[in-house]
Formats: sequence, C-alpha cells, structure tokens
Amino acid sequence: MLKAAVTALVAFMTLPTVVVIVVSFNPTAILSFPPSGFSFRWYENALTYPQFQRAALNSLWVTLGAVAVALPVGTAAALALERGKLRLPTLWATLLLSPLVVPGVAAGLGFLILAASLGMIRSRAVLIAAHVALVLPFVVRSVWVSVRNLDAALERAAASLGATPWRVFRRVTLPLLRPGLFAALLFAVVVSVNEFVVSLFVSNRVTEILPVAMYSYVVNYTDPTIAAMSTLFITATFAVIWLADRFTGLGRVFLHHR
Amino acid sequence: MAKAVVELRTCTRDFGGVRAVDAMDLAILEGEFLSLLGPSGCGKTTTLNLIAGFVEPTAGRILIDGEDVTGLPAHRRGLGVVFQSYALFPHLSVFENVAFGLRERRVPAAEIERRVAEALALVRLDRLGRQKPAELSGGMQQRVALARALVYRPRVLLLDEPLAALDKKLREEMRDELRAIQRSVGITTVFVTHDQAEALGLSDRIAVMSRGRIEQLGTPRDVYERPATRFVADFIGASTILRGRAIGADLVALSPGLTIKVSAVGALAMGRDVELAIRPERVHLAAAPGTGTAAARIEGIVYQGALTEVTARLGDGQQVRAFVTEPAPLPLAPGQTVHLSLPADAFMVLA
Repeated sequence: MLKAAVTALVAFMTLPTVVVIVVSFNPTAILSFPPSGFSFRWYENALTYPQFQRAALNSLWVTLGAVAVALPVGTAAALALERGKLRLPTLWATLLLSPLVVPGVAAGLGFLILAASLGMIRSRAVLIAAHVALVLPFVVRSVWVSVRNLDAALERAAASLGATPWRVFRRVTLPLLRPGLFAALLFAVVVSVNEFVVSLFVSNRVTEILPVAMYSYVVNYTDPTIAAMSTLFITATFAVIWLADRFTGLGRVFLHHR
Repeated sequence: MAKAVVELRTCTRDFGGVRAVDAMDLAILEGEFLSLLGPSGCGKTTTLNLIAGFVEPTAGRILIDGEDVTGLPAHRRGLGVVFQSYALFPHLSVFENVAFGLRERRVPAAEIERRVAEALALVRLDRLGRQKPAELSGGMQQRVALARALVYRPRVLLLDEPLAALDKKLREEMRDELRAIQRSVGITTVFVTHDQAEALGLSDRIAVMSRGRIEQLGTPRDVYERPATRFVADFIGASTILRGRAIGADLVALSPGLTIKVSAVGALAMGRDVELAIRPERVHLAAAPGTGTAAARIEGIVYQGALTEVTARLGDGQQVRAFVTEPAPLPLAPGQTVHLSLPADAFMVLA
C-alpha cells in the first residue's frame, strides 16, 4: 500500500520530465504526446539556434561571475556569523541563511529599478549582481555547516605551531571547510543556471541567459526544439550532480543516502 | 636559584564580569615541571591560555625569558602546546602534523625529514608517519600531539589536561612516558590538571589554584604534607577537617570532653580557634582506648579493594574519615563504636 503510494507519487513528480524527454525525439513539428516516431532533428535545431548558443555562453559567464563573487563573500559571511561578535546575530543569520522570501517578480522589479537609477539598465554587472544575491544564502548555509563543525582548538594548535592567521586559514581552516565549499559551489551553480524570473527583468536579447532564451523561444514558436533543449538542460544538471557525487562522496552531505 | 623562563606579573583575566584569573604572580623556572592543579573553573586553563597567547590578560604582564610578550600573538611566542582533545589536523598525515611547525619555520625539507623521524621515534611512533590521525588510537594520537609540540624545540611545553581523554590504564602509562620524555628533553613544562594523583606524581612543583588565585605553590610533598590553606588540605588528599580551640601549646579541645594532642610546628596561641586537618590514611583503628585515641561511631563503610574507607562520627558530632587497609583489624559494621587512633604528628594546623 505504502509502496504503491510512493510509486504513484514518484511517477507524478517525474511525469512532466518524462513527457518532455519523449517529445524531444518527436519527428513532427507539433508538441504532441505520444510521439509518432523518432528523430534527432530538434536537437540539431536546438544546438544550432544562434540565440541558444549566445544564451548558453551568457549563462556560462553569469554563473561563473556569480560563483566567483558569492563563494568568497559567502564564506566570509559564514565565518563572521559563527566567529564574529555581531550585534543582532539572529537578524544577520536570518538575512544570510534564508533564500529571498520575496516573489521573484518583486525581486526582479527591484533589481531593475536599482539598475535604472544607477544608469546601468540591462548591464551584465547587474545580472551577475542579481545572481550573487540569489545564490548567496545557499552558499552561506553550506559553508556555515562546515564552520560549525570546525574545532577551534585546531586553529589554536596551528597558531601555537607558528602559523600566522593567514597561514592558519590556508593550511587548516580552508582545507577543513572543503566539503562545505564544494556543496556551496554546486548549489550556486544549480541555482544560478536555472534562475529565470529575476534574470528576465534585468537582461535583454544580448545578455539573456539560457532559461530566458528558452522562454522567449516558447513565446514565439511551438515545436519540439524547446523539448530537446530542456532535455539537454536536465541531462547536464544531472551529469554535474552525478560527477560531484562520484568524485567527492558529496551524497553524504547533500542527499543523505549511502 | 634557577632562572625564571615564564613569569606572570599580577595577571588578571575577566570574561564578561567573571574573573577567571585574579592578579596572579607566578614564575616558572628553567627545566622544571610545574602543574597547575585545581577543580574545574579555578582558572588553570585560562592561565595556560594566557601563557600560550590564546587570550590576553585584562591587566598585568607576561614575560618569557625576561622579555615582555604581553600582546604578542600565539604564533610569535614559539611555545609548544598539547591539547586535551589532541587537536591533530585530520586532513594531514601523522608526518605532516608533526612537520607543521617546522614548515612554518621554513626548515629545509631534508632537515624536516630527519627531525620528524626523530620526534616520532621519541614517542615510539616511527613507521606510522603515513597514517591519518583518525586511524590511530587515542594514546597514539596524544603521542603524535606531543611529538608535534616538541619537534621544533620550543622554549616551554604547555600541556592542557593531556591525559584526561584516555582511559585509566593508558593514562598511567602515558603519565610515566610523559615524565620520561620531559626529563630526557629537559624542557620547561607547564601541566594543567584537575587530577591530584597526576600532579603529585609528575611535578617538580605544584600550584594549587582556586577561584583564579594560587592557594599554594610548592613541591608535591609540601602541598601534601603542609597544606597552607583549608582549601589545599581539603582538595588534596581528601583530608578531614576538625574545628576546635587551642587550650595549650599542643592541645586542642574539640569539645569540653574531647581533647586532641597535636605536635604542630610552632606553639598554639591559647584560646584561639583552630582548624586541624588529618589525612584519612593517618587515622587508624585502635583495639582499645589509649593515648591519642578518640571514640567514634561508624557511619559509613565503602569497600575499595586495596582499602576500605570508613566514615565515623566523634562524640562532639564532627566526622572523621579513615582508610583501613585489608585485612581490617576488627569486623566493621555501621553503628559500631570504635577507637580512632589520631597520632599527634598527623595533624596539620591550618592558617
């Protein structure tokens, strides 16, 4: 009984994904289910569509930029939360540890108005800044867990052995934070690559990232190219997580299996 | 007199309104093994942290080799510290743990190789260099920690309850080994412990601490046989403390009918209230009343194997503890009246 319920639930959850994957191999131009044959033509279409190529590159740069800023800033914030003697510690923790609770539309509008007032409307910097703000809570939380598990005696020991504060950080703190940093990296990449609503507000045809480009495509055309693109997207995301799990045993931190 | 390596000059440390160390003066001498002994919360670990440079004094100065190091961060003090939790770096091999201090000192690789090998041999852990700390037992980990703290030949070795996390048998082995290593290296050592047996067995001198102050500083024999204060008498050796009034140069009356003879160092001031301490191992059970005996009623008997701890109440209501070695001279039972032999020279007169 319970088993059947779980199976039904899992089927329900994965059904849309399955439909998209199946449709992506449809030979005809209509988004119909079940498909009438098998073809790779929509994959070819997706991969050669110039706006997707440009958007994929944009995605790459925006995510790299956001991660490059959010990882060190988030790590510093996590250390400050645990070690720094902050006034109003709970307020800081709430702000830094929880993802934005405002709707994406509101956040997007906010970033847009800010960008406009700074005269930087539709600039890549604003897009990256928005992504930093969105991924930061995930980064801070992941690193914070590792910081909490860090025995302060280890850092004292390193200092007593002659290590300067910077060397203590390099040789002891940072290596011991590695699992948290890796989880943070993964979270940041997944969140940033999949971000849509806020990016829609602060990008244009030139700067838009992949989810936005896919949305624009759907608005204009209704053929399985978008299903093919989605399938590639899903596959890439899974590949990243699988590789990460493979090489770091992150599953223990991340998914609680094994 | 040997010269002072570490000096605390009226050092005080407050933690948000709580005074952990209170205007402490202490000089640790060249080559000595000095223990800071006291119950938890007495300020002994804070004192160690002050010397190590992990915390700064709220007031007072700290000197190492006559040089003022107050405010100097830990990494510039060049001391060796061993922690209760071992604090080995889990991501580094045993070799790299021990090499840590040498690498920070930019010692050439070949010399690091040689000195780490020497240090591991000193603690009998050669051939384990490639293991990770988690693969070693608690006792082995503590020896790695010791090797790590000794390898760069620090001026002073600071030990923060290094044996507390080990089980009893291992603790005793490590204690002997620690003493042997300390003697062979000849390093000035400060040892923090709450265990009086460890302190008595290891130390050249013991500083007995209570509430942020040193109650008594002296050799193990001094603090055991001539406790300066009631706290020391009570904390070390679990003495019985008896209150009375001096009625002669060597006579103390606990109550009008119960007089005890004491052979104190100096004559007692007539009519003064005094406190006497006597160790449970100096109290014996006498077969019959005689000189230096007092009648008491047995209240508690705790069998401990090598000896039996007997608690008895004197006629005036004060309790006395006695260790009776097996076999007991007479059958013991609660409620039974016995004669306690209280030798005059076993009494310590407390200030």
